Amino acid sequence: MIPLSYYLVLGAVLFGIGMFGVLTRRNAIAILMAIELMLNAVNVNFIALSRYLPNSTLDGQVFAIFVITVAAAEAAVGLAIVLGLYRNFHTVNVDEINLMKW
Amino acid sequence: MQEVFFFVLAAFTVAAALLVVLDRNIVHSAVALIFSFCGVAGIYVLLDAEFLAAVQVLIYVGGITILLLFAIMLTTRIAARTAIFNEQAGLSALIVLGITAILVYASVTGIHVAGKAPPPVETAPALGRLLLTTHVLPFEVASVLLLAAMVGAIILARRE
Repeated sequence: MIPLSYYLVLGAVLFGIGMFGVLTRRNAIAILMAIELMLNAVNVNFIALSRYLPNSTLDGQVFAIFVITVAAAEAAVGLAIVLGLYRNFHTVNVDEINLMKW
Repeated sequence: MQEVFFFVLAAFTVAAALLVVLDRNIVHSAVALIFSFCGVAGIYVLLDAEFLAAVQVLIYVGGITILLLFAIMLTTRIAARTAIFNEQAGLSALIVLGITAILVYASVTGIHVAGKAPPPVETAPALGRLLLTTHVLPFEVASVLLLAAMVGAIILARRE
């Protein structure tokens, strides 16, 4: 059987890639995509631990289902906000949308 | 044999994820995101979570990426040749590399599972039972959240 740490390392690497995207991309939709990558990394960890821990029930997988639900809701609302931003500012680059920034 | 599958899937997933973050063309990023989600679904199958693999393909690949593509088509000028990263890219890369190194180190050395992993079970019936017994309150809260998100998305996106 594959060691647990392989899955955890994969999760960490995916999380790092997603975090780099969130911190550096200018396009708001690209930032949303990077957030989805990070949520996926968390799900990999949840499911790996739920599979490998002795005496574990399927609680980790139930958590992953809730994470997926929240990710879907977040994507819908986030993209609606992006559409609203584009209508008002004619750009989706987050560093140009600084009306409330002092 | 399982390890070969794992390494192929992991390399595929990470390569697609890198493409998502680094590609100049945002449509390419969205397509790479589809491949990354499919790779993660394969990882779920390796972890005996076949129901979640199906959910991953249905919701992430079939739902969220299509929504993202719609938003890209409605907002972005694909041909625009502007910088895709902001000016804090170098510093962010440094910080992200540091945090990832810490996480990898902790994953490799910090976690020791005592005892053997339980044998795989058929997950779909067990998950359904858990969702309607132990986790019924979060389940109902999630349904309210989805309703609120749906109403909110409609109100935010509609033209007055």
